[in-house]
Amino acid sequence: MFYREAGQFKASYAADQSIFPIAQDRFGVLVILAVAFVFVPLVANEYWLRSILTPFLIFSLAALGLNILTGYAGQLSLGTAGFMAVGAFAAYNLQIRIPEIPFILDFVLAGLIAAAVGILFGLPSLRIKGFYLAVATLAAQFFLEWLFTRVGWFTNYSSSGVITAPPMVMFGFEFSGAQSRYLLTLSIVAVLALAAKNMVRSEIGRAWMAVRDMDVAAEVIGIRLLHTKLLAFAVSSFYCGIAGALWAYVYLGTVEPQAFDIFRSFEILFMIIIGGLGSILGSFLGAAFIVLLPIVLNNVSSIFAGGTLSAHTLSHLELVIFGSLIIFFLIVEPAGLARLWQIAKEKFRLWPFPY
Amino acid sequence: MAFDWLFFLEVLIAGLLSGAMYSLVALGFVLIFKASGVFNFAQGAMVLLAALTFVRLVEMGAPLWLAGVSTLMVMVVLAMLVERLVLRQLVNQAPIILFMASIGLNFFIEGTAQGVWDSDVHALDLGVPDLPIDVFGMLISQFDIFAAAMVAALVVVLAVFFQKTRIGRALRAVADDHQAALSVGIPLQTIWVVVWSVAGVVALVAGLVWGSKLGVQFSISLVALKALPVLILGGFTSVPGAIIGGLIIGAGEKLAEVFIGPFVGGAIESWFPYMLAMVFLLFRPQGLFGEKIIERV
Amino acid sequence: MNLSEFGRNSIWAAIIAVPMMISPAAAQQFIPVTTYDTGPYAVNGQPFMDGFVDYLKMLNARDGGINGVKLTWEECETGYKPDRFVECYERLKNKGEAGASLFNPLGTGLTYAVIDRAPQDKIPVISLGYGRTDASDGRVFPYIFPMVTNYWSQSTAKIKFIGQKLGGMDKLKGQKIANVHHDSAYGKETIPVLAKQAEIYGFEVTHFPVTHPGLDQKATWLQIRQYKPDWVILRGWGVMNQTAIKEAARIRFPRDQMIGVWWSCAEQDTVPAGAAADGYICAGFHAAGQDFPLIQDILKHVYDKGDGAGSKKAVGTILWNRGVVNAFLSVAGIKTAQKKFGNKVMSGEQVRWGLENLNLTAADIGSQGATGLVPPLKLSCLDHEGGGGVKFQQWVGDHWEMVSDWIETDQSIVRPMIEASAAKYAAEKGLTLRTGMSLGSECP
Repeated sequence: MFYREAGQFKASYAADQSIFPIAQDRFGVLVILAVAFVFVPLVANEYWLRSILTPFLIFSLAALGLNILTGYAGQLSLGTAGFMAVGAFAAYNLQIRIPEIPFILDFVLAGLIAAAVGILFGLPSLRIKGFYLAVATLAAQFFLEWLFTRVGWFTNYSSSGVITAPPMVMFGFEFSGAQSRYLLTLSIVAVLALAAKNMVRSEIGRAWMAVRDMDVAAEVIGIRLLHTKLLAFAVSSFYCGIAGALWAYVYLGTVEPQAFDIFRSFEILFMIIIGGLGSILGSFLGAAFIVLLPIVLNNVSSIFAGGTLSAHTLSHLELVIFGSLIIFFLIVEPAGLARLWQIAKEKFRLWPFPY
Repeated sequence: MAFDWLFFLEVLIAGLLSGAMYSLVALGFVLIFKASGVFNFAQGAMVLLAALTFVRLVEMGAPLWLAGVSTLMVMVVLAMLVERLVLRQLVNQAPIILFMASIGLNFFIEGTAQGVWDSDVHALDLGVPDLPIDVFGMLISQFDIFAAAMVAALVVVLAVFFQKTRIGRALRAVADDHQAALSVGIPLQTIWVVVWSVAGVVALVAGLVWGSKLGVQFSISLVALKALPVLILGGFTSVPGAIIGGLIIGAGEKLAEVFIGPFVGGAIESWFPYMLAMVFLLFRPQGLFGEKIIERV
Repeated sequence: MNLSEFGRNSIWAAIIAVPMMISPAAAQQFIPVTTYDTGPYAVNGQPFMDGFVDYLKMLNARDGGINGVKLTWEECETGYKPDRFVECYERLKNKGEAGASLFNPLGTGLTYAVIDRAPQDKIPVISLGYGRTDASDGRVFPYIFPMVTNYWSQSTAKIKFIGQKLGGMDKLKGQKIANVHHDSAYGKETIPVLAKQAEIYGFEVTHFPVTHPGLDQKATWLQIRQYKPDWVILRGWGVMNQTAIKEAARIRFPRDQMIGVWWSCAEQDTVPAGAAADGYICAGFHAAGQDFPLIQDILKHVYDKGDGAGSKKAVGTILWNRGVVNAFLSVAGIKTAQKKFGNKVMSGEQVRWGLENLNLTAADIGSQGATGLVPPLKLSCLDHEGGGGVKFQQWVGDHWEMVSDWIETDQSIVRPMIEASAAKYAAEKGLTLRTGMSLGSECP
């Protein structure tokens, strides 16, 4: 009744091509943004901002990056964490070695460096396809992790190989509090998510999807495979690189190469599958599922069952529940959480008269 | 200093023996991928479950044979549950969805195995001493030879099972074409249970071998990572591929680590197999023994 | 809790339905227990946490807490992952009447993750025998306590022990030492100090990194076979240890010339290696076994009532005892703080004062029934380590036997390196040092 497009006429091409053609969607997005930017920082306490929302946003960004590559362009990647590591270490080295550059610019440069590395490891995608392509990105994953562990220059010769992020100062303001860091992350993620949304509905995005659906056919209709695939690798790695830099600077403040191991790559892959391949919203939903669910389970179990079961049993029980929920959601909706939301919207359009 | 060929040979043999143990894990993946199209992320967890069940039963005083049989039963029950609760619900879904389901399964098995038994480390002694024997001044581990023999025996048993038995032939039919197999009356669901059970057997063997090498504990589920480059190199659908791939990866990574590693800081074992597999794939994109990919528009 | 904070909490509790911020009401000292029951290192994390909790349980049961203040705690699963630990840290830091007393991350990477946060929140972090070595410099790291002995001190004791076995430090000249280490922050921590010692004593050291998790180390050990070292130093963790011991047996490297760090030194590492572990030597900063009045008290007041955190089998094993020692030292810090601030619930800041002024004499330790279990310690605001010694133990078939006395660490090597490294860190971070102090000056 409330959510429908009836009566909304598009009188110009601009209106027809807008991101959210339905007024209710526009309104909804604005409300979400307002809540995220204004309401949340006001009411959320430090715990929520620092250890739930900030990492959630960072993971969403990385998932967004991977979704561009895997969900839109169809190139399976297991090297996400490796590209995040590139971003983190590039940002660190830029700031240590050229302190004149403002740190925001460092993040962008770090993203670009990650993009260059992404292109390099994307080259085999022209020849190797499907599950087999995973080998190229796995090589990137393990090689980069090794590189940052073994080559002292990247960590400024820190004896333990751990880097600690210098303070983030811009225009004399230091981003040190939970709120400022959250807002910084949120702004970056919002801008990049908007860019991604626009990218995937432009010519580039359509070319990616054509390649995903069948690259031979795409080539036949005149899409340059080399260009398109490498662009997907570049954009994806750019996003991941920035996510990595944020992880090191904004979230942990310190990072060792092992923080970006193969399991991190898997984790991000899980996010986009469970959230929905080829969906911007899905990246956020998936990140919420994979990052927040174990924490919620841990919290809930320590509150409700803390006295009755031993801590050892509880941790294992959490794993069992987590695994079961993954399977449950896949059975309910294999196309991901984003699809569930779409179905809900369809239902809501017809409500309360579904005939 | 002249190049020490004897040492080279020793490294090569050690690498091949390691490779045989990687193949053992890779085998489980190949079986399941062939028959049900699932890239089974939970294979490592299955290895853990099998080994943990076995070792705990032995610790409780069960004789080895009884522990073995009981563990097999556990693996068969697991296969039935997987078929009933996961595969049957997700018929005809994309491979990536099935892959994700196996991740859920992975967490489930990990949690259950350690919750029911425990997450301590257990010593497992199969009665084979882990001592080296001298061969022309080279030291070769008896245990590794035993493990390689186990792998060989397992491959022979599997080959006979697939080629000579009725159910084995049905399995191959399913692997070739699900729908054609269904149309000639092969019960797909039974086949899935059988294949997952066979993969459970392979997991048990892998668990026993790796478990007596490392001690039975959570970490043995990480051997699945060692199987990844093997699979990619050998092809996801080929049993000989898993064996040959394992040997190439094992030998390649040891030789690289020992002879190239010291010049670049060491520990290149982690990424070298992938680089090796990648170079192979650039020339043969379908893997060593994978089926030729034919693309039609 | 003020009104606005209360408002925030109730809104969040209402929205998300996960009531995370409920604070217990009674006057209790809150000690967070972060641990790992899952993942590849659960094998080691579990007995450690059991020992820690068992000691706290015993204090509550026997003495009703410390000086009339009951102890309370909450476990949080970290999975040995820094990000999960940070979440636990943030979740637990404000719990209890005066917030968390202190944290024990139980992991070097985990400790690194809160080095920035701890001073902001004014909560001390004890990294007992792990963590960032240069954090022993209390001027740069006011809230981090790598207590008893840090990795660098331990390394000096280890070389001294080797010297003793050889019959003199001058015999070290020309010896070849292979350092087989976990390729992580933890494993790499001793590389600089070994280089320094090699320079001083004239031995040769080569490093052999092993990538996590270290399931297959054949290549590494074949290289060692080729290198033919006189000694192997093992810095492993988890499954890497028993694999290394077994691989050493395969190349017939004598196990009594293999010296492990204390994280490669538990029953969990030797038992799965079977006969291969016979003769293996490793370091410890506390003793194993049950023959201490303190541990007998735990058995009596906790396990005999069926209240043990883990299985009774674990009591007296290395890692379980280490958990007890960790809890013992944490409580000692709180007690010291109570002497100054009164017998009530201590805040994190007060506990830090207590830890910095901790002076555990042999008599104190004896009065608590822990003679031989815990070495005497004295901390200061400059030195967050405390100058504990290192004991070496050897695995003989089914138990550990002590093969050395407490070996003093060589601070003349370690301390200048710590100060230099801490100064570099301070410069990189743009840190202002603690008030009233500057680098190189004495404590006020």
